[in-house]
Amino acid sequence: METKMTKSLSVARATRMSGIAMGLLAVIVIVMALAPYWAGRAELRLFGEIFLYMALASLWNLLAGYAGLVSVGQQAYVGFGGYMFFALAILWGVHPLAAIPLAGLLGALIAAPVAVLIFRLRGAYFAIGTWVMAEVFRLSFAQFSALGGGSGTSLPVDIVKSLADGRAAREAAAYWLALGVVVAVVGLVYAYLRSSRGVALTAIRDNELAAKSLGIDIWRAKFTVYVVTGGLTALVGALIFLQKLRISPDAAFSVNDWTAFVIFIVVIGGIGTLEGPILGTLVYFALRETLADLGSAYLIALGVLAILIMLKAPKGLWGLVRARSGAELFPLSRRVRGLDD
Amino acid sequence: MTTPILELSGLGKSFGAVTAAQDQSWSLGAGEALGVIGPNGAGKTSMFNLVTGTLAPDAGRIRLEGQDITGWPAAKRCRAGLARSFQVPQPFSGMTIYENAYVAATQGAGLSGAEAEETCLDVLARTGLLKKANVLAGGLTLLERKRLELSRAMCARPKVLLLDEIAGGLTENECKSLIGTIQDLRATGISIVWIEHVVHALLAVVDRLIVIDFGRKIAEGEPRAIMASKEVREIYLGIEADA
Repeated sequence: METKMTKSLSVARATRMSGIAMGLLAVIVIVMALAPYWAGRAELRLFGEIFLYMALASLWNLLAGYAGLVSVGQQAYVGFGGYMFFALAILWGVHPLAAIPLAGLLGALIAAPVAVLIFRLRGAYFAIGTWVMAEVFRLSFAQFSALGGGSGTSLPVDIVKSLADGRAAREAAAYWLALGVVVAVVGLVYAYLRSSRGVALTAIRDNELAAKSLGIDIWRAKFTVYVVTGGLTALVGALIFLQKLRISPDAAFSVNDWTAFVIFIVVIGGIGTLEGPILGTLVYFALRETLADLGSAYLIALGVLAILIMLKAPKGLWGLVRARSGAELFPLSRRVRGLDD
Repeated sequence: MTTPILELSGLGKSFGAVTAAQDQSWSLGAGEALGVIGPNGAGKTSMFNLVTGTLAPDAGRIRLEGQDITGWPAAKRCRAGLARSFQVPQPFSGMTIYENAYVAATQGAGLSGAEAEETCLDVLARTGLLKKANVLAGGLTLLERKRLELSRAMCARPKVLLLDEIAGGLTENECKSLIGTIQDLRATGISIVWIEHVVHALLAVVDRLIVIDFGRKIAEGEPRAIMASKEVREIYLGIEADA
């Protein structure tokens, strides 16, 4: 009887809610794309920063939340991308718009041998290994005298000007690049997780023993994620330092700025979900903008909040939302339709 | 004689002083169902770990369809046609039952699209989990988890299916339907190795029985004759084969 039943069944992914969410998201992206026409300079700068952090958080979430690669050294790629962007633009005269994707490509290329090396380490040792690697990067670039060594360098005016005419146009261009990158990164992570490889990755997230026993090459899946994440993180790094117009080893390879805050964002938002890093970024910036006047107490407040959320809601704020409502903005799950219930 | 589909020769593995497998040799013919019995801690599950590649042997070779797979990683062995169920269930807890099956169908069997979906739905219907297809695997009872183990292994479309104690704790009717499911599987030409303590279920299905104790194969042959033998009676003193 049951075998007959399967004929009337179907498997669906999108729900009505996810359809509405996608429509809403498209509207938000369009409104944000028009921001240079309705927002002030300071807001534009803040929005750009939010987008870049959202991209970093989505990438770290893919790495740690799905592939189980808890890296505390992603600043290696942010800094590497920033430095490659400066090197390409200043030393080799590459147009900034071409230097940004090239920096990402170089980031992916350097991530491959790094992965081969640090994948020999497990768990906490892996995390420490990534940090050590980032320090190696920082110390190496401090020796890079063509780009100012330990004190760093600024992006020359003529290169900045080659991006667009006039300050307003340049700021709008940098903003659109940031918006484009966050849309591309979130879209890419989403498409990846929906694909067959994404199914494999989600299985690895839940149970490595069962995953490999069911035909999933765990090393290759993790390697792919590490290299892709490294490349895209380097690309985001290039954009970050295009906005800052100045780079130095300490700023480029800052563990606080590019990893600690990113981990905070993903943990409070909800690790291992697509929505978590997005929600986490918004919460983080809301806190930063309201508590920034508190000085160092602001960091203490962030820490306390992170601990509270880890204790009370280990799946983050999005986990709470989902547990209450079953909401899924980006439909990754597959639901069998047509069952009796 | 044709090449056996699965062949172990001189397989050995020890953890310090504990011997999990010692000079184990046996083979499985195509389409055959082989039962494995032995007391707890005899090394039955370790033998499965060696065969599926989650444990590396100290000595001996494993061949699948005549090909030496001893050095192959677990994932490659699964794609080559070896799938197992775990005695201690290993569900993908954050995924639904259907999604668990889908992982096996896409990654293990290499299916995609409608074919993968139909395989999953069909298998879940046969194992009686279809009604719960949208339930997260993390919230299942032990019995349901064991059925999920069987379903997932079936979705990987193996040539050799390794079953590790899937009948324990079932009611009489459930056990009957499980036996029916496994007999149906056999009819499709799949070869089966089944570790089981529920002897009457085993005897209803298997062609041959091997007995393992202290990592060694101590007896092999026609199931009823083996169950009646002196060695088995000694090991299973007090446990009667009620088939």
